[in-house]
Amino acid sequence: MMARTRPEPVQVVKHRRDAALSSLVHGVPYIQFLGIEFDRRGDELTAVMAYDEKLIGNPMLPALHGGAIAGFLEITAIIGLAWTVLWDDIETGRMDAEELAIGHLPRLPKTIDFTVDYLRSGLPRDAYARARVNRSGRRYASVHVEAWQDQRSKLFAQATGHFVMPKTDA
Amino acid sequence: MKPEKAKMAEQFIGAIPHCKALGMKLTSIGEGVAEMELPYDLRIVGDPQNGVIHGGAVSALMDTCCGAAAMSHPSSPAGTATIDLRIDYMRVATPGQNIRTRAECYHITRSVAFVRATATDDDDQRPVATATGAFTVELK
Repeated sequence: MMARTRPEPVQVVKHRRDAALSSLVHGVPYIQFLGIEFDRRGDELTAVMAYDEKLIGNPMLPALHGGAIAGFLEITAIIGLAWTVLWDDIETGRMDAEELAIGHLPRLPKTIDFTVDYLRSGLPRDAYARARVNRSGRRYASVHVEAWQDQRSKLFAQATGHFVMPKTDA
Repeated sequence: MKPEKAKMAEQFIGAIPHCKALGMKLTSIGEGVAEMELPYDLRIVGDPQNGVIHGGAVSALMDTCCGAAAMSHPSSPAGTATIDLRIDYMRVATPGQNIRTRAECYHITRSVAFVRATATDDDDQRPVATATGAFTVELK
């Protein structure tokens, strides 16, 4: 049997992954405008949109704006999709995480279409979302997103979108 | 649509915090048709390498405009909420240009308003995006 190579220290692995994710998310002004951050557990991402008055669409209820919800879900889908592609590149060393950290961002997938299903009104609270990449080919991808607030099982919105993948040099 | 209703709709849109934050303007409304404008702004850029506005901000503009069109339909009593909205992105909007959209409520029942919209930049012959959606019709 071949000797197993010693695994890298956990801090090194975590730092590399978090730096890559951070540069991906913090390089996009619109993500900052909506105040969205990503929580990472291994390769699983949860998008968090902290409540802010500027996200309100109906001040009487009050409820989050459908457009802010759509933007939140679309960002979750794009970052989720870019992350699954990036993950392999970083883990195999095809992409240098340090390069990413200094702003050499990979091209993001481009949205072809995006359909949002509004299930209940968005409350004036923090919102969470996770993306599931149902199919990711060389050229196209299909992604589904689920969003909730207080209860994970009680979705307030879901969406499906199609994307064109960025061209790779290979 | 009566002038009071038009004024009401315009004030209503001005009172929506998210629209205010994005600097949206309602440029025309009446009889189930609404037109709105989203000014170019560096804060809503989706790709810092080319300065193109993020699709999400275009979604917000189209969602609001479709809602306004539904509300302005003569058979609509007042408020509305989005049931579903699909956006197709044809091309990237030219950086530095405002985005304009026109939404039309082409059919309405007692419970649902069906709306479609087109968004363009300065080149109004080539759409940036189109949208189709279903909106609630609130009970009187």
